[in-house]
Amino acid sequence: MPSEPAVRTGPTAATPPKAQNGHRAATPRDARADRKNVAHDVRKDVREDERTDVPRQDPGDGASTPTLRVLTEDGTRLPDPELDRWLADLDPAAPDDGARETARTTLLRLFEDMVVARRIDAEATALQRQGELALWPPLLGQEAAQVGSARALRDDDFVFSSYREHAVARVRGAELVDLVRVWRGVAVSGWDPYAIGMASPQVIIGAQTLHATGWAMGVQNDVDAGRVDASAGLPVGVAYFGDGAMSQGDVNEAFVFASTYRSPVLFFCQNNQWAISEPVALQSRVPLAERARGFGMPGVRVDGNDVLAVLAVTRAALDRARHDGGPTLIEAVTYRMGPHTTADDPKRYRDAAEVEEWTGRDPLARFEAYLRSVGVLDDAEAARVQGVADAAAAELRAGCVALTDPPPLSLFDHVYAEPHHALERERAEYAHYLESFGDGEGGDDGAGGPGAAGDRAASGTGTTATGVAR
Amino acid sequence: MSTLTVAKALGAGLRRAMTDDDRVVVMGEDVGRLGGVYRVTDGLQAEFGPRRVLDTPLAESGIIGTAVGLAYRGYRPVCEIQFDGFVFVAFDQILSQLAKMHARTGGKVRLPITIRIPVGGGIGAAEHHSESPEALFAHVAGLRVVSVANPQDAYTVLRQAVACDDPVIFFEPKRRYHLKGEVDLDPVEPLPMDRARVVREGHDVTLVTWGGLVGTALDAAVAASDDGVSVEVIDLRSLSPVDHDTVASSVRKTGRVVVTHEAPRQAGLGAEIAATVTDRCFEYLEAAPVRVTGHGMPYPPAKLEGHYLPDLDRILDGVDRVLGRVEPFVPRAVPDAGSPGEAGGPAGSVRTAEAVAR
Repeated sequence: MPSEPAVRTGPTAATPPKAQNGHRAATPRDARADRKNVAHDVRKDVREDERTDVPRQDPGDGASTPTLRVLTEDGTRLPDPELDRWLADLDPAAPDDGARETARTTLLRLFEDMVVARRIDAEATALQRQGELALWPPLLGQEAAQVGSARALRDDDFVFSSYREHAVARVRGAELVDLVRVWRGVAVSGWDPYAIGMASPQVIIGAQTLHATGWAMGVQNDVDAGRVDASAGLPVGVAYFGDGAMSQGDVNEAFVFASTYRSPVLFFCQNNQWAISEPVALQSRVPLAERARGFGMPGVRVDGNDVLAVLAVTRAALDRARHDGGPTLIEAVTYRMGPHTTADDPKRYRDAAEVEEWTGRDPLARFEAYLRSVGVLDDAEAARVQGVADAAAAELRAGCVALTDPPPLSLFDHVYAEPHHALERERAEYAHYLESFGDGEGGDDGAGGPGAAGDRAASGTGTTATGVAR
Repeated sequence: MSTLTVAKALGAGLRRAMTDDDRVVVMGEDVGRLGGVYRVTDGLQAEFGPRRVLDTPLAESGIIGTAVGLAYRGYRPVCEIQFDGFVFVAFDQILSQLAKMHARTGGKVRLPITIRIPVGGGIGAAEHHSESPEALFAHVAGLRVVSVANPQDAYTVLRQAVACDDPVIFFEPKRRYHLKGEVDLDPVEPLPMDRARVVREGHDVTLVTWGGLVGTALDAAVAASDDGVSVEVIDLRSLSPVDHDTVASSVRKTGRVVVTHEAPRQAGLGAEIAATVTDRCFEYLEAAPVRVTGHGMPYPPAKLEGHYLPDLDRILDGVDRVLGRVEPFVPRAVPDAGSPGEAGGPAGSVRTAEAVAR
């Protein structure tokens, strides 16, 4: 029997991973363990497409899941009859003067949103490095995905996001200082959700997708009850989540509920390629958008670094939801240029070459090149936008460092919405304890500093303590 | 006044809540066309339509998570978890989302969600259908937890729970569903939801329980009275917050307390009550608090549940113990490691009970 020529291939479903370079990667977990040990050897000796230590996605059916875009990486505008339908108001060469001016204003606003987002993100990262924030999850690289989608929303839509959607929050109207309250440790959330139509960001991965779905189910009930006029287009519940969340049960349950109830939901997945150290291929063997079909809803894959394409597909999906067409899953393909959070070190798990490759697809550079090519942006305008961004950064910093610790007994304030006799007793008990330190002058022996018990007693207990203590 | 079973009283309470407020919605598995596996929601979908009485996909986390979203939009969902053992797949949505939302939004977002859960054993059911997980929920700040034991409370407390702006875990003891009683459909100044009720007065022993064991406890009190012992029975009703004031004032009168529940003893609610009674009534106590509970094990198969659940005799034994009428149980010591040959031998092979007690 003639022997086959030795061919090295990557693993497929049919051929299990083979030993290579002295190590074996049988499962994703093994792969990560192996990678930790031999990553450098692998990187040196094996071509990217031959590596077995990184789980990879099957390519999927490219025809059924194309990655939609209207701007190339160098900023060239590609015509796309389907997407252009949703970008008619953004034609910088519109013959009508008014329409052209509107387009120019809207395009510049998208640019400004993205520049400001990047600037305040950098400022927040700096604030963390300077000890003013405990932690910060940067959005660097995801500006187009967030701004393009958020600018497609109506005021009466409601966003349920994860913790990285700073640009979305700003577009929705959050005060800049509200972006950092949580990360400074002075509050567990920032803004009033009802004031800006956006829930408090979610840390439990994917849990918010169910909230968006339930909110949208409420819209349907509101139509039944005559509280919402369906002819104006339904308000839409919008869930932002990431590629890691696609593996969560809650997300898949949300898909089932929204799809079978045909609720007005937009599932907006920012596939930034990494869930901390885990590549997207560990979450899915197929492009994420392809999952949608199994749930009975459209799945759209869009270049998440192309702000115009993101705006277009989001508008299309919202329009569908507004007119009783049900949910859509959008997969915005982007890249987390920075660490997961300021506590993370991505150099431990991903190649500099990969980051370099994505740097060439930068969402701001691409959009700026386009705007300059069509005469919407010039140096003076760019400088103005940079000025706006710098002012926002200064505002964020000033607001951040001015945040003070809340009084200690505020701990008890909002655990329950209605009076709770057991917690009232606990509050009184703790107030009594704080009062035992006296008026604050003698209570900080040994502890010192602003957190000392004497200061706490002096700053927070006064009237409340005497009001409830028995 | 109407004569209703607990199940019918619950249905009547839901119907009334839905009629009074069109933002009350009922959701769960089989609650619509079927009317729920215990028929609590029977007829509601026909009356209020399929979007106010929602048959949901089989996904408990999805039920609670979408209820959170509905409440975000101003609704008052009443979720049914079909059986006690099924609630755990919804744990994150209940603990991390529902319970914390009011606090984490600084009071901006209220989630007035009621989660109805058929609870407890005594019905010969298969596994995951007889659990008593109340302590798991009572441990979670932000939740209120109640357990009803009779038709009137079923009707009234359910309406109070739906009207409450905090999330409420609402336990319905399965073995009481078919209990009948008089129900006042328009009670004047009903007892607040977070208060316990003395359901039988007495002066020798305080017996604290809730839900499925209230009937057994009352039977035990009758039996004890035949024996000359006066037992005061407290139906705790609210498991979070616990109405320690009502318990403490009873114990100050009797000097003795027995707590009985179906759940295992370890870290059960009986421990919380015993500790608080000891804390607040130490100088009144004539004996250490006694707990009569399920064992520390997964709920057993039906033919053995009689050996797991506290019953009349075990509760009476607890009463006897707190009265000092029976010798306290003293564990047999472990045989000496150095003398394996004596293991399993007669009494002489272990150290005497006296020597190791306490």
